[in-house]
Amino acid sequence: MSDTRDLTLRVNGTVHHVNVEPRHSLADTLRESCGLTGTHLGCEHGVCGACTVLIDGRATRSCLVFAVQVEGSEIETVEGLAEPDGTLHPLQQAFWEHHGLQCGFCTPGFLMLALGALRENPDLDDEELRDLIASNLCRCTGYQNILTAVRAAADIMRAKARPAPNP
Amino acid sequence: MKPAAFAYLKPENLAEALRFVADNADDGKLLAGGQSLVPAMNFRLARPETLIDITGLEALQGVEEHADALSIGALTRHATFHKPVSDGALGRLLVKVVGHIAHYPIRQRGTFGGSLSHADPAAEWCLVATTLNATMRLESSGGARDVPASDFFRGSFTTALEPNEILTRITIPKLPDGTGTGFVEFARRKGDFALAMALTALHLEGGAIRSARVGLGGVADRALRMDAIEAALVGQPATPETFATAGQMARDQISPRGDIHGSAEYRRDLAGALLERALAQAAEEARGAAPT
Amino acid sequence: MSWVGRRLPRLEDPALLTGRGQFVADRAKGALAMAFVRSPLAAGALTEIEVPPIDVPDSFVFTAADLFGVGAIEAILNRPDYKRVPQPVLAGDRVVFAGQPVAIAVANSRAAAEDLAEQVFADVEPDEPILTFEDALADGARAVHPEAPGNVLVEGQLRGEGVDSAFDAAAAIVEVELRSERQSAMPLEARGGVAAFDPGSGRVTLYASVQMPHMLRTGLADVLNMPESDLRVVAPDVGGGFGQKMSLFPEYVALVWAARHLKRSIAWIEDRRENFLGASHARDQRFRAKAAFDSDGRILALDADLLSNVGAFSCYPVTCGVEPLMAFAELPGPYRIAHYAVRSRGVTTNTAMMAPYRGVSRPMLTFTMEQLMDRAARQLGLNPLDIRRRNLICDFPHTSPTGLVHDLGSYIEAMDAAARVADLEDFRERQTRARAAGRYLGIGVSVFSERSGYGTPAFAARMMEIVPGYETVDCEMDPSGRVTLAIGASPHGQGLKTALAQLAADRLGVTPEDVRVVSGDTDATPYGWGTFASRSMVIAGGASQMASDKVAEKLRIAAAQMLECAPDDIELADGLAKVQGANRTMRIADIARALHHKSHLFADLAAGLKEQAFYDPAGTFSNACHIAEVEVEPATGGVRVDRFVVVEDAGRLINPLIADGQIAGGVAQGIANALYEELVYDEHGTLLTTSLADYAVPTAFEIPPIDIHHMETLSPATVTKAKGLGEGGTIGAPAAVIGAINDALAPFAVAINTMPATPDRIWQALRDAKDKAA
Repeated sequence: MSDTRDLTLRVNGTVHHVNVEPRHSLADTLRESCGLTGTHLGCEHGVCGACTVLIDGRATRSCLVFAVQVEGSEIETVEGLAEPDGTLHPLQQAFWEHHGLQCGFCTPGFLMLALGALRENPDLDDEELRDLIASNLCRCTGYQNILTAVRAAADIMRAKARPAPNP
Repeated sequence: MKPAAFAYLKPENLAEALRFVADNADDGKLLAGGQSLVPAMNFRLARPETLIDITGLEALQGVEEHADALSIGALTRHATFHKPVSDGALGRLLVKVVGHIAHYPIRQRGTFGGSLSHADPAAEWCLVATTLNATMRLESSGGARDVPASDFFRGSFTTALEPNEILTRITIPKLPDGTGTGFVEFARRKGDFALAMALTALHLEGGAIRSARVGLGGVADRALRMDAIEAALVGQPATPETFATAGQMARDQISPRGDIHGSAEYRRDLAGALLERALAQAAEEARGAAPT
Repeated sequence: MSWVGRRLPRLEDPALLTGRGQFVADRAKGALAMAFVRSPLAAGALTEIEVPPIDVPDSFVFTAADLFGVGAIEAILNRPDYKRVPQPVLAGDRVVFAGQPVAIAVANSRAAAEDLAEQVFADVEPDEPILTFEDALADGARAVHPEAPGNVLVEGQLRGEGVDSAFDAAAAIVEVELRSERQSAMPLEARGGVAAFDPGSGRVTLYASVQMPHMLRTGLADVLNMPESDLRVVAPDVGGGFGQKMSLFPEYVALVWAARHLKRSIAWIEDRRENFLGASHARDQRFRAKAAFDSDGRILALDADLLSNVGAFSCYPVTCGVEPLMAFAELPGPYRIAHYAVRSRGVTTNTAMMAPYRGVSRPMLTFTMEQLMDRAARQLGLNPLDIRRRNLICDFPHTSPTGLVHDLGSYIEAMDAAARVADLEDFRERQTRARAAGRYLGIGVSVFSERSGYGTPAFAARMMEIVPGYETVDCEMDPSGRVTLAIGASPHGQGLKTALAQLAADRLGVTPEDVRVVSGDTDATPYGWGTFASRSMVIAGGASQMASDKVAEKLRIAAAQMLECAPDDIELADGLAKVQGANRTMRIADIARALHHKSHLFADLAAGLKEQAFYDPAGTFSNACHIAEVEVEPATGGVRVDRFVVVEDAGRLINPLIADGQIAGGVAQGIANALYEELVYDEHGTLLTTSLADYAVPTAFEIPPIDIHHMETLSPATVTKAKGLGEGGTIGAPAAVIGAINDALAPFAVAINTMPATPDRIWQALRDAKDKAA
């Protein structure tokens, strides 16, 4: 029963050839076969959200998806968030400045959750943001600094997305 | 918490999916959104020998609007309903409900038909289907049949689906213009399964209730449509007193089971209180929506 | 300008933000995987373990019979009332809680190890499980352990003179019986270890998600009968601990044993279900207390009977005395109590082992004292602030009835400040208006002290065989002028490295970015005790400051020689040694290079720039006041925390950004304690809450913004003037929240006595009150 399959996954724009059992979750595959250990597993039953990644742009629990299901999809993980030169994404920068993390175990999940949701709707109001951030669990921060950070990042991301006015 | 091993099949089309389902009737399981099945597999509470992944089947995606009903493809993701899928009371109600289903990432992946097939007694879509008398289309290699919600849900996590069938579409009759709807649930945390929930639709005429739909979820082995309360409401003034009486009727008519999150007596009382609120919400919306 | 006191973003963060943190599971590549077979039953004789035939390479099952030469884990208190109950690594002839490790399965992946583990069957002839205080303390109750008939593992008793006569003279006597149900610290990263076997040396490096790496090395070496030098323990990035990662658990012993036995690297990465079943639990206490008051609301005496369910074993190294003895010693809290009587027992049951969880007993004892105050105020017609003001300690140093010395604090001032921020008068008006509209708002006040930064004297007073408490720090400046602090403390999310870098930077005239803090590696750090008990800022901070000062002194002496002045004239700042009052400077890096490479020029100085300091303070008390504002919905029993105010006095703040983060996170856990989280066993001793769907950790939706303010009473008891604050949020919040609920429900004459105050419990209490009134 432990038959394995050869899969081709696209993660952060890079192609990975992996060989896994069908029962291998996307999270385990990213961590063990792609060497991308930034995606963390906190519960493996879809509640904590530490494993949240983007699949074709949608924020998804990677513990509840099997790798075999996502051939042909675009996967994005926390490792792809910063610029290649190391410049932090506005979300990362805001989490840093607003102390939105302590142990950092939940942080990749929150970053990817916020990234997916803000891409879908850059104009989330505070109430919608709180609903969204309630999707994942953090045991250290008490959440307020995460909310503050995502709010700040959303404002920066919106300003950046707006075309520059003509001089 | 890794699932037991399984064989994985990914059909190209519905016909192939139906064949796979028939071939694996004993030990196969359909994988739609997987947001309930995969946790159960990770706990090894579910251990199908074969997983038939239908997430890619185009024919089962999307919502079609007809004159008198919405036809929802079984694989339509919950997130589709974040915005109204149609004008009118039904589209608005679905928006109202969907925000209570788990969390944003779960709604990105979980499906309407998957939720109905899973038949969790506390699932929001099951309450919608039951209260609004949805019809399920069940297909097999041998053909299709339409089953009303009242026959579809057979108990906790149990439906009329035969092992060789797939739920492909769900048809929900639209609500007449001027209908107001209410949906209220109470959960311990944001996104948790509700301890109880109430769904209502009211059509008013001159301050009195002309027609009513009333459903309760999370208080029995399946969602309940409360026919007797509906009948009792018709002709009554849409007032807090009327709603309180309806709430009391609900308390008298249900016998929920207790669990670690709430005792049976508590849930019984809670359901009554939530029904009062859902009726008030529906009445308020109906007054605002009343045709001029 | 000083680095201390700045809201400096943390140096730890860039790696964590980019997915480049190194948690223990990230080091499992290439290792075999381990899973545990756990007892399905709470109590009984283990008659047989059925092991399947194994025909797959790299697959192994081991039971207790295989572990020859391996001892038991034994936590020791040298008290006559203490009963030792050795904890086997794998259950031998009996099981004592559902979830206890019974066998090990090893395979080439975790999934395969789980496949193997589920084919192993433990045959247990069940005994009636002992689960509750009532079960355990009943006359003739079955002993959970034959070594401990009566099921009490530790008992503290004190009956001060004058207690009885004080009660006789009282104007009012108030009695409470309060419960905290069982909870989990629930770090988001569960436990886990990777035992890397080095075939060349035979040495094992254990990467483990732990708070006390040196202690773990000692404990493992003792139980496994091996020299400590054959073992290196590394705590890499740790995804939260909150006390749950302090103890030596049997799983780690089994892991290192198996790696040495198989001469292979093996990983055990705990999953969430195991974490609920097999890791330590906390709380589960029942406190009965009565207090005598005079007519002005002054406490005359306090008499308490305190029960702590310690579970199936005594946690190593701090022992099962940790909850009952802290309750015993610290119940009076921030109040002046002249006459104190207490009996505090640790009761063993067939449930998972209890071990520290942030707060340790103090959430319950604060809840107890604050409820006594609130109820006395109501009985005597006093304002809740006034009654507290009349009893709070205000002369310093203050010695408690159990001999604890409170250093300078701001107990009354912090309460008054919090009351101003919360605007109590405005609240009472809003409350009155809301009640008229059928809505129930309430406010709750919680004043408490947080004993923190205590060294060996405090632990020795508990008669612990292993006496933790001191810290040692090595401070070294390398030839490039960069600084390394090697510490025995073991931070896991607190931001300690940033705070220590700020301290050292000020002393050495460099920037925090120039200071690298090394922790958690027993090969690279001095023996120390780790991070727990609100101690690291005070003790590791003090030692870091002292070690940095020694290096700075050497820099000044060398600089003085090179700049031809007196050492006292040298100021270290901005990367320079400056001659005060003159325009002469040298780069600190140049001095460092000279001390390493031209040591012959400094005849009176040893070569290099490495100094060690040791710090073992008696301890200090922070204080704080929490005020919670809630709305209770009688129809649903639902509670929403609308507002939460904290005024904290933790002495000098090294990094206020980090301090606020500690407080906010602690308060969130305190709100969880008060309203949400509960581990539930059924009557057979089976744990029902083994998922995060059932164990209700609150989300961003449930936790309000926390409004944090500081007072800074510089501690005379610590070298940095700082006090610890890691646990305060968790200690104070439950009392404030439940106090607020009881205030909201005052019109119904309802008092909530049990945490968490779930909707069902609140609804039941309201119904009971209604029934009683009818």
